[in-house]
Amino acid sequence: MSQLEFEKPILELEGKIHELRNVSSNGDVNIAEEIGRMQAKADRLLRQTYGKLTPAQKVLVARHQNRPHFLDYVDRLFTDFTPLAGDRRFAEDHALPGGLARFRGTSCVVLGHEKGADTESRIRHNFGMARPEGYRKAQRLMDMANRFQLPVVALIDTAGAYPGVGAEERGQSEAIAKSIESCLHVGTPFIAVIIGEGGSGGAIAIGVADRIYMLEHSVYSVISPEGCASILWRSATQANEAATALKLTAQDLLRLGIIDGIIDEPLGGAHRNRDETVDRTGAVIEKALGELMPCDSASLRQERRKKFLEMGRAA
Amino acid sequence: MNWISNIIRPKIRSFVHQQKEVPDNLWQKCPGCEGMLFHRDLENSLNVCYHCGHHLKIDIFKRLELLFDEGRYEKIALPDVPHDPLKFKDRKKYADRLKETQSRTGRDEAIIVAKGTIEGAPVVIAGFDFSFMGGSMGTAVGEGLVRAAETAVREHAALLVIPASGGARMQEGMLSLIQMPRSIIAVDMVKEAGLPYLVLLTDPTTGGVSASFAMVGDIHISEPGAMIGFAGKRVIEETIREKLPEGFQTAEYLLEHGMIDMVVERKDLKATIGRILDLLMNVRKENGNGGGGRKNRNGNGKKSGPSKVYRSAPIDYASAARTAGTVASLEDKKKERTRKTAVVAEQAENTARPRKSAAGG
Repeated sequence: MSQLEFEKPILELEGKIHELRNVSSNGDVNIAEEIGRMQAKADRLLRQTYGKLTPAQKVLVARHQNRPHFLDYVDRLFTDFTPLAGDRRFAEDHALPGGLARFRGTSCVVLGHEKGADTESRIRHNFGMARPEGYRKAQRLMDMANRFQLPVVALIDTAGAYPGVGAEERGQSEAIAKSIESCLHVGTPFIAVIIGEGGSGGAIAIGVADRIYMLEHSVYSVISPEGCASILWRSATQANEAATALKLTAQDLLRLGIIDGIIDEPLGGAHRNRDETVDRTGAVIEKALGELMPCDSASLRQERRKKFLEMGRAA
Repeated sequence: MNWISNIIRPKIRSFVHQQKEVPDNLWQKCPGCEGMLFHRDLENSLNVCYHCGHHLKIDIFKRLELLFDEGRYEKIALPDVPHDPLKFKDRKKYADRLKETQSRTGRDEAIIVAKGTIEGAPVVIAGFDFSFMGGSMGTAVGEGLVRAAETAVREHAALLVIPASGGARMQEGMLSLIQMPRSIIAVDMVKEAGLPYLVLLTDPTTGGVSASFAMVGDIHISEPGAMIGFAGKRVIEETIREKLPEGFQTAEYLLEHGMIDMVVERKDLKATIGRILDLLMNVRKENGNGGGGRKNRNGNGKKSGPSKVYRSAPIDYASAARTAGTVASLEDKKKERTRKTAVVAEQAENTARPRKSAAGG
């Protein structure tokens, strides 16, 4: 499917290995050695490339279509997933699915942005761009978490809240603002993970959590590099510079104290080994929940407030 | 200026030409009706076009003078914050841009916090300065809002925030985005203290500012014609590829769609805000009986209910009748609510029972 420009040499090599494998199944033994060598070279290339991705390259990796998406995480990490639909006011928003589920024995609320896996599902999920209904459903789910004392897991992966006439009409701003407020009022452990793209207000609307993690090659930004470039450089072609200037990588944001930790991706990015990515994320969520579960509601809320009030004060 | 020199020649022209110091902004065009506006007349009309009523932007300090009683207020110093946490650089360094703006405007940041009274009610105002980098919200602005909220809580004052902002300050990257939750934490403190939090949305209020503290007020007031919305018009047009409806994202449009409580002309703002605060905080009655009313309502002291305060108030029949009406209707509403909850609970119980038995069978 979508090929990353900077991955081309690796992809070519991987293609050759694939070809050789097909040949070797015919019984030639000598080729095995050659394959091993090429595989080692491919791994080395991957390690080199992914060890020093530029911020702009990370943006591409974070948007890669084959990355595991919200529903992949739900499938693999949660049992008894019971999706809940609708904001009880206007509609159901497929861009922001969520519901009740069990995470390694603990019943919880899980929600997040789903970008979709193929053209059809991408359209149905509106490419992960939620409308006010999505954020109002998120409020509903967080209120429910509060009422039944269930921890909240939010998986963030959106280019941003949907910019449309209907969304504005129905109060996109208010929906996001209230969703942030709901996050702050949750009196149970709240974990957020940026699994791909953390796009501005649409992302932070469900990201005001006790622990915030980012996948190694995910990005989290106040504006897309393209948008930033077209405003500050007056040309979208400067997006690479903007990506660097915005400090949107997990590594930068950990340094700035915006996030609590980075989840390492498998060699060559999450899209090369989806299950492994999801499993590593699961381990981090489990550990964080374990630490937070003993805390009472009042102190969780208070600490969450304090955490955000302290952010950026001594950057 | 050409057309002026053409009209007023030759005597005055020579006068104009001689005086190089004369500012070239004596006249300006109204963005609404394109009528010409003379600066002195415009000042007298509070920067509202005297041809068509279009509300032009007004300096935040003028606005404070306009709102606070006798135009008097005390500016509150804002905490120092890291100025350029990202060492951001586009075509120009953010640090330089910031310095330039500071020297051009003579102001430190895009927010001014001040305290005073409006029609007698104690109020802290946090006002945005659109001329300072488009009123964009970065760490300093967020910190200003936190300081404003803390001051309001400490002084038992209402908080009035007046946004005029394009949104988050992207030169501060994620540190600007987190001002959304930070500002909401700030206003939450005011709400928890039982104090009113009012928002006066002015032109423009968009992006991360509209999607945070600006939309969680107890009451939302806006000036006529103000542009208020989440996404920019161009972004929306590019996404949906069609023309936007007339009046899209104006204050009137938001009023129609239930997002704000009222659209109020600039000249009536003080009176309106004063009345709302009076109703919410019982200011006049408090003045009458030496300070009992408001505190009791803000704290959870239920010892002296509103009716007691009302009895000891001085004889001001008009005001008393008005407030009594409000109190009565509030009480009624409360009763009704309890009644409703009771009914709902009863219904829930009734419906729960048969369901249980059905499940059992």
